[in-house]
Amino acid sequence: MSLFGLLTPQAFIHGPIETGAQIIVIVAVLVTVLAITYLGRWRWLWQQWLTSLDPKRIGIMYILLSFVMFGRGFVDALMMKSQQALAVGAPGYISPDHFAQLFTAHGVIMIFFAAMAFMFGIINLVLPLQLGSKDVAFPLLNSISFWLTATGALLLNLSLVVGQFAATGWLAYPPLSELAYSPGVGVDYYIWALQIAGIGTLLSGINFLTTIATMRGHLRLMQMPMFTWTTLGSMLLVIFAFPILTVTLALLALDRTLGFHFFTTDLGGNAMMYVNLIWAWGHPEVYILVLPAFGIFSEVVATFSQKKLFGYTSMVVATMLIVVLSFMVWVHHFFTMGAGADVNAFFGIMTMAIAIPTGVKVFNWLFTMFRGRIIFATPMLWFIGFLTTFTIGGMTGVLMSIPAADFQLHNSLFLVAHFHNMIIGGVVFGFFAGFTYWFPKFTGIMLNERWGKAAFWAWIVGFLMAFMPLYALGLMGVTRRLDHIDVASGLYTQPWAHWLFDIAAAGAAVIALAVLFQIIQIIVSIWNKHKHHVGENPWRSQGPEWQEPAEPLHERSARGVAIGAVAALFGFGLIWHIWWLAALALIGILLSLITLPKPEYAD
Amino acid sequence: MYLLQSSGIIASQEASLIIQATLLMLIVVVPVFVLLFFFAYYYRAGNHKARYSPNWEHAKMDELIWWAIPLEIILVLGALTWGSTHALDPRKPLPSTVPALQVEVVALPWKWLFLYPSLGVASLNTLEIPANIPVEFHITADAPMNSFWVPQLGGQIYAMTGMDNRLNLMADKPGDYPGYSANYSGAGFAGMHFVVHAVAQKDFEAWVAATASTSPVLDQATYSALRAPSTEQERTYAYRIDLYHAILKQFGH
Repeated sequence: MSLFGLLTPQAFIHGPIETGAQIIVIVAVLVTVLAITYLGRWRWLWQQWLTSLDPKRIGIMYILLSFVMFGRGFVDALMMKSQQALAVGAPGYISPDHFAQLFTAHGVIMIFFAAMAFMFGIINLVLPLQLGSKDVAFPLLNSISFWLTATGALLLNLSLVVGQFAATGWLAYPPLSELAYSPGVGVDYYIWALQIAGIGTLLSGINFLTTIATMRGHLRLMQMPMFTWTTLGSMLLVIFAFPILTVTLALLALDRTLGFHFFTTDLGGNAMMYVNLIWAWGHPEVYILVLPAFGIFSEVVATFSQKKLFGYTSMVVATMLIVVLSFMVWVHHFFTMGAGADVNAFFGIMTMAIAIPTGVKVFNWLFTMFRGRIIFATPMLWFIGFLTTFTIGGMTGVLMSIPAADFQLHNSLFLVAHFHNMIIGGVVFGFFAGFTYWFPKFTGIMLNERWGKAAFWAWIVGFLMAFMPLYALGLMGVTRRLDHIDVASGLYTQPWAHWLFDIAAAGAAVIALAVLFQIIQIIVSIWNKHKHHVGENPWRSQGPEWQEPAEPLHERSARGVAIGAVAALFGFGLIWHIWWLAALALIGILLSLITLPKPEYAD
Repeated sequence: MYLLQSSGIIASQEASLIIQATLLMLIVVVPVFVLLFFFAYYYRAGNHKARYSPNWEHAKMDELIWWAIPLEIILVLGALTWGSTHALDPRKPLPSTVPALQVEVVALPWKWLFLYPSLGVASLNTLEIPANIPVEFHITADAPMNSFWVPQLGGQIYAMTGMDNRLNLMADKPGDYPGYSANYSGAGFAGMHFVVHAVAQKDFEAWVAATASTSPVLDQATYSALRAPSTEQERTYAYRIDLYHAILKQFGH
């Protein structure tokens, strides 16, 4: 066994397109480091940001991490869409294995590092203020959580430079993800990036739930703003669901690293167990993301209808019902596994039952608009875009909750269209609305509305172009994850098939334009900050977070960064079987937890 | 659109289920869209004719109504789900006066092997069946998880190592129907499609006879070669061993 485990110079050598990605990553890191050095900002960065325990600064770092990861995941999406448009009856330009890495990385990045990081960013910024508290329950733990998330993101991107990423799909179903079929380090990158980030998420869940439980002063539960309520629901789900993910991935790691047989094909291993476990986490995960977005929309629709939120009590009840029901539906992700009709029917009916509280929420939002004075600022546009796309996605979701219908729709592009309907229309639009809505609260600057509206319209048009054709392609029998479409498959010859792929690719290009508008929006707003200066409550919102100024906190500690860095070495050691490195790093993590210091104060 | 141009009795029931459920849901979805766009337009800030009630935040009766509407739709859909899930259970034999043709399906890395145990023939990436006669598929894998799917005949079911899954389908007219793997199984996944040839009973019998007499024999050695990852052309075999159960048993279940 060598000193560097499985790591050899070969791990740095890739095919031409992957080498391009490798060079881009290396250049981006070098340029960032040189720029900070040139500007003499290392000390400032370290003291004011990287070691800060102020939830507002941690929140902003989460959002920046989310933007970077969204950029990476979006490039993956553009490559997949262009490949699929070019590879109808032709091989296209991306190899099958690279294509599989793209769709795996896209899913993992968008869920764990784009959406989750954006969510925790907004929660860090807004939740303490909504409770009338300056801080979270455990400030240092909050920093550690952030750095564990950042470490997961780092490991994932490191796979572009050295080795490769998993080529299994975003949930890494065995036996494909076992050594027998995936012998490289790709799945190990997947496991350890998610394990480390997942621990961070679990700790965040505990932190924010404790914050809501203990730091809300005289605020009674039924007086809490809707965003706080939905965050409470989401954090409950984190606490119950994430340990399942940790255990599932640990079992897979034991299989791959130490030759266990939990999910292998031989010696009694059972891949179906993995599929059950991963979805027992995976389905609540969807609600972990969408509940806070629901909360944001509740704040937005009331503010911009210039009315109180309709049906507050119903909203709270509906939220908590969704929390409970979301643990009872996981089998709907694999009706096609062969369970009996009783089991499938039960999980189908439980799934459609979630449509009841969700439907109530939709009606309450609509009747908040009723007899209001609606102002169509950008956050309100995101809300209307959300309700439109989410209603379509909800309908196709209920359709797929009928097992016999799902037998035909499952694993097709219809499914892909459905969950992008929910995740983009629900989660992403929600976080965009929250970002625009609360931006002035923390900066005193209003984001430029003209560019914001342009971005909204480009997003909604691009979204409909990119995903509505996938419903039709799904009904044509086109499965997901095809790196090319053979002429002999019969899919190519159906009328419109080719055009639908082209429209979907063009839709992705329109979304790219929308993202460009958003970047311009942020730059223009900050550049002309005097013109965009509006003070802390430009929307004249009634929410408690708007009533008090957000004062900076000065506590800081380097322990979060340190634990993140050592966790990165730990993960790297396990991925490449460099046992001495993993062992030393593990000792380092334990020591740094035993000797937790009191926070220092910034100069 | 293969899903709606069904040529099998299961596929056509699934297609009408999809349409029926969609129409039911439109009872809620259409009013939501109408209300959304009407409220957004009529209660815009510029319309001073519209009534403005900033403190109207609660109305027990109204809220009861919109707990009740989705509840009722879901009750109806739930009944539909219970009934259709049992009626279209993939394990359930199809009603017929003739016994079902037994076909054993093995998902291999990146091809499909079809065995006809009672007829002594087998085929790779092509599936010959008689039209208007039910077919009972026994489905397993000697590969990562795949999903056996012929959209025009009916819904899919997973092909997994050590598992003996069941699917009952019937083509109700002769024709060529493409089939796929619907679950990602590795680099050759996009090439894992096959064609189902549904033919008249006498043509099927002729195919069996010709295949049995002219095709090479599928023995353990030939099969072992097929286990290696590859994409292959269509071909046929004659065979005499109980290959399917040997494949099932090698995974120790």
